Amino acid sequence: MRSIRKEFGKVTALSDVSINVHAGEIHAICGENGAGKSTLMKVLSGVYPHGTYGGEIFLDGNLCEFRDIRASEAEGIVIIHQELALIPELSIAENLFLGNEPQRFGVINRDEVARKCQELFARVGLEEDPETLIKDIGVGKQQLVEIAKALNKSVRLLILDEPTAALNEDDSQHLLDLIVGLKGKGVASIIISHKLNEIEQVADSITILRDGRSIETLDVIADGVDENRIIRGMVGRSLESRFPARNHNIGEPFFEVKDWTIRHPAVPGRLVCKSSNFFVRRGEIVGMAGLMGAGRTELARSIFGRSYGTYLSGTLIKNGSSLELKTVKQAVNAGIAYVPEDRKVHGLNLLDDIKATTVSAALNRISRAQVINSDTEHKVAEEYKTRFHTKAASVDTGVSTLSGGNQQKVVLAKWLFTNPELLILDEPTRGIDVGAKYEIYGIIQELAAEGLGVIVISSELPELLGLSDRIYTIFEGEITGELPADEADQESLMRMMTASGTPRTQRITEEHTS
Amino acid sequence: MNSIRYLLGGKSRQLGMIVALIVLIIFFQVATEGLTLTPDNVINLFNGNSYILILAIGMVLVIIAGHIDLSVGSVAAFVGIVVATAMQDFNLPAWAGVLLGLVVGALAGLWQGFWVAYANIPAFIVTLAGMLVFRGANQAVGHSNTISVPADFQTLGSGYLPEIGPDTGYNNLTLLIGFAAVAAIIVSELRTRKRLIQLGAEHPSVSVTMVRIVVIGAIILYVTSLFATGRPGTSFPISGLILGALVLMYGFISSRTVQGRHIYAVGGNLNAAKLSGVQSKRINLLVMTNMGVLSALAGMIFVARAHASGPFDGVGWELDAIAAVFIGGAAVSGGVGTVIGAVVGGLVMAVLNNGLQLLGIGADLTQIIKGLVLLAAVAFDVYNKSQGKTSIVGMLIAGFQRSTRSPSEAAPPSAAAPAEKEPAAPAASEASVHDPDTDRTFEYTNRK
Repeated sequence: MRSIRKEFGKVTALSDVSINVHAGEIHAICGENGAGKSTLMKVLSGVYPHGTYGGEIFLDGNLCEFRDIRASEAEGIVIIHQELALIPELSIAENLFLGNEPQRFGVINRDEVARKCQELFARVGLEEDPETLIKDIGVGKQQLVEIAKALNKSVRLLILDEPTAALNEDDSQHLLDLIVGLKGKGVASIIISHKLNEIEQVADSITILRDGRSIETLDVIADGVDENRIIRGMVGRSLESRFPARNHNIGEPFFEVKDWTIRHPAVPGRLVCKSSNFFVRRGEIVGMAGLMGAGRTELARSIFGRSYGTYLSGTLIKNGSSLELKTVKQAVNAGIAYVPEDRKVHGLNLLDDIKATTVSAALNRISRAQVINSDTEHKVAEEYKTRFHTKAASVDTGVSTLSGGNQQKVVLAKWLFTNPELLILDEPTRGIDVGAKYEIYGIIQELAAEGLGVIVISSELPELLGLSDRIYTIFEGEITGELPADEADQESLMRMMTASGTPRTQRITEEHTS
Repeated sequence: MNSIRYLLGGKSRQLGMIVALIVLIIFFQVATEGLTLTPDNVINLFNGNSYILILAIGMVLVIIAGHIDLSVGSVAAFVGIVVATAMQDFNLPAWAGVLLGLVVGALAGLWQGFWVAYANIPAFIVTLAGMLVFRGANQAVGHSNTISVPADFQTLGSGYLPEIGPDTGYNNLTLLIGFAAVAAIIVSELRTRKRLIQLGAEHPSVSVTMVRIVVIGAIILYVTSLFATGRPGTSFPISGLILGALVLMYGFISSRTVQGRHIYAVGGNLNAAKLSGVQSKRINLLVMTNMGVLSALAGMIFVARAHASGPFDGVGWELDAIAAVFIGGAAVSGGVGTVIGAVVGGLVMAVLNNGLQLLGIGADLTQIIKGLVLLAAVAFDVYNKSQGKTSIVGMLIAGFQRSTRSPSEAAPPSAAAPAEKEPAAPAASEASVHDPDTDRTFEYTNRK
C-alpha cells in the first residue's frame, strides 16, 4: 500500500501511510487509539471502495482497485473484524458457508458441506459438531470459525483486527500458534493488536502508525525490537501546552473503592472488573488510563448504581461509611455523577432543549409535589449557560442543533446540577474540537478547585497527563498501576496499560489511609 | 419578529393541526351549506367521539414512552360487560359500577404493564395478546349477549348539564363554563407574558397577546353558544365535560410534572433516561396501567351512550385512537407528542367522518379518505423533518423569523459531524426530531 490517504469530511484519518507486507510474513500494525489502524485495514479490504481514498494498493505488483469486500476477497484478502461477523442463531456449518454455499440449482449440497467442514475444522484445530449453534460456543472457538471461513475463501492475506482482545490466555495462545502455522503454509497475516507482548512474540515486522501517518517499519529480528521500542514509536510526540493554568486544592481521600469485582452481564464467568481498588481525594483529578475495552467504562458504570454488569463483590466507601448503590437514583442521591462516553447514545435526549436537559437528572430540585417549576428551570439553565459559555441562541434551543463541545457543556451542566461530590467523566473530550477541549479542561479544573473529586477516563494519554493529579492504569479489568501525574509519562503508562511492565498492583493499596 | 408564530400558538406542529382543523370545519360548513356548525351536530359530534378522544389521551402517553396499545377496544368492551353484568346481577348503584369499571381497567392495564415493563416483552405483542384475551373475556362474561344498563348509569354517556337558574334562553351552566374558560384564557395569557418578561426570555408584544385573547375568546364563546342553544333537554354533554377535565389534567401532567418529563425521557432516549436515574420500568408500568383506566372509562361512556353492552363493542377503536395520536404529531419512535395534539388529531378525524356523512358519502369512500388523510399527515411530517423543518405552517412562517443563531456559533465541525446541515430554526424545534450530526430522521417505523 503506497501513500494511502483517507478523509471523512474535514477530518483526515489517514494522511500518508505506506506499508509493505511480504508473502508469508506476519506483519503487525501498532498505534494509539485513533492513529488510523482500523481505517487503513478497511481501505485495504475494500470496505471503503476505490475512489474514496487516495494512494495505491498493489498485490503481487498489480494495481488493485477494489469496489467492495467481495472484490478484495476474490483476490484472497480477508478481514476478520474485532466484532465478529457471525450470526449467533445459525450453526457453525451455516456460518462457515454463508454467502458461499456449496450448491446445485440453489439446493445446498449437504455432503459437500460435511466434507469441507471436516477438512476446515482439522486445519484450524476446532473440535465441535458443525451443527452446534454459534451462540453456544465460546469466543475463542468463534474466532476459529472466522479463520476457517477465511481459509474456505482461499485466503492469501489475512487481516486480524484485535483478534485476542476478547480471548483468555489459552485461547489467545492457540490462535497465535494457528496464525504462525498458517504462515508456514504461505498465508500472510496483518495483525492489529494492543497486546505488545503478543506482537513481539509472533510478528516478523512491525509498522507504527501515529496521527494517520506511517512513522516507521521495524524488522523484529534484525532491529532487535522489544516492547519499549514499540511504545516509543507509538507515543513519540511532545506534550503541548493545551491546558489552562491550574489551581490545586487537594484535600483528604473521601471516596474509596475496595475489591470491586464485576461480571459481564451476558457471559457468565467473564470478569470485567477484577478486585479493583482505588480512591479519590477531594479536589483531586484522578485519571483512568486504559485501552479501549480494558474495562474503564464498565468500572465506572458499575460503581454508578450498578448500571453495568453483575455485581459480585466489593465495597464503596464515601466519607468513612460504606455505600450500597443498587440503582442509578441511589448513586445520584449519594452525590455521584457519571458523564457517559457517548453523548448521543447515553447522555442526551436529542429531542429535548437545553433547559429540559440541564435539569433532567435532578428534577426533584426544581419541583414541589411532583410539579415542575418552569421558572426555576429556566433560571438554572440560564445560569449554567452563562457560566460555561454555552453557545446557543437561548436555553430553548434544541440540543440536537448544538456542536459537540456545546452538547458536552450541557451534559456537564446536567450532572453538576445534581450537586455531586464525585464526578466521573468518561472520555469528556471525544469528538470535540481543540478550542472547546480547552474550555472543557478549564471547567474540569475549576470544579476540582471547588473541592469536587473528579475521575477522568480517557484514551488520550496527553490529556490524562496534562489534566490529572494521579493516574491509574487498567488492563483487562484489572488496575495495573498507579502513578502521580508528574512522575508518569506516556511510555510508562503505555507499558502498564498493556500489562507488560511492572508487576501488577504492587504500588496501589500502600500509600493511603482513609 | 416571531409575532405571527406567537399569535397562532407557539408550537408549530400543534399550530398546523389547529389550522388544519379550522380549515376542515370551514370547508364542511360551506360544503354542507351550514349543517356542520349547528348545535345538534356539534353536540352529536362530541357525544359520538368523546370515548375515542379519551383513548387518544392515554394512547399518546403510551406512544410517547415508545410503546403501543392494541388492546384498548377489547379492554373497553370487557370493562363494559363486567360493569353491565354487575349492575344487573347485584343491583349495584351507578357510582359503584363506575368505580368497579375503573378498578377492572386498572388491573387489566397493570397486567399488560407488567409484561411490558418487567418481562421486557414488546408492547405490540403483549397488547395483541390482550386484544384477543379481553375480547374473549367480554364474550365469556356476557355469553355473547347484549346486556342493558340502568338509566342513571346512562347519564355518563348521554347526559347533559341540567337547566338551573333563571330562563335566559340559554343553558345557564354551559354559559357559566364558557365564561369561566374565557376568564381562564385571559389570566393565563397575561401571566405567561409576565413570566416571560421576568425571565428575560423572548415574549410577545402587547398587541399580539390582545389579539390572541380576543380570537381564542371569540371561538370559545361561539362554541359555548352552540352548546347552550341546542334542542330542549340538550346542552353541554357530560362526556364532553369528562373529556375537558381529562385534557386539562393530562396536559398538565405531561408537561409540568416530574412523571410527565420521565415519560418523554424514556421514549426519547431510554439509555440516557436510565443513566439519569429515571426508573424506566415504573414509568412503563404507569403508562400501561393508565391506558387501562382510560380504556375502562371510554368503554363505560360508550355503554352508557348505547344503553347496553354488547360482544362487539370497541372493535377497531385502537386504530382510531392510534390514528388520532399520529395525526396529532407523535412519532412511532417515541419521545414526541402532546396530549392536546392527540385530541386535535382525533377531532380532525371526527370532523372528517361527520362532514362526509353529512354530505351523504358512503362508508366505503369515507374509510378510503380517512386512511389517505392519516397517511398524508404523517408523510408530510416525515418529509418536513427530513428537510429540517417542522411543518407546513412552520415553513410558511420561517421567513418571518429573525435568525437567532449568532454567527460565531456556526457549529464548528466536530470529528463525528462532517458536512453538517443547517439545523432547523432553533427556537421552533420543539417538534423537530432531525439530528443534524448523523443526518438521521426519526423514522415512522416501529423500532422494537
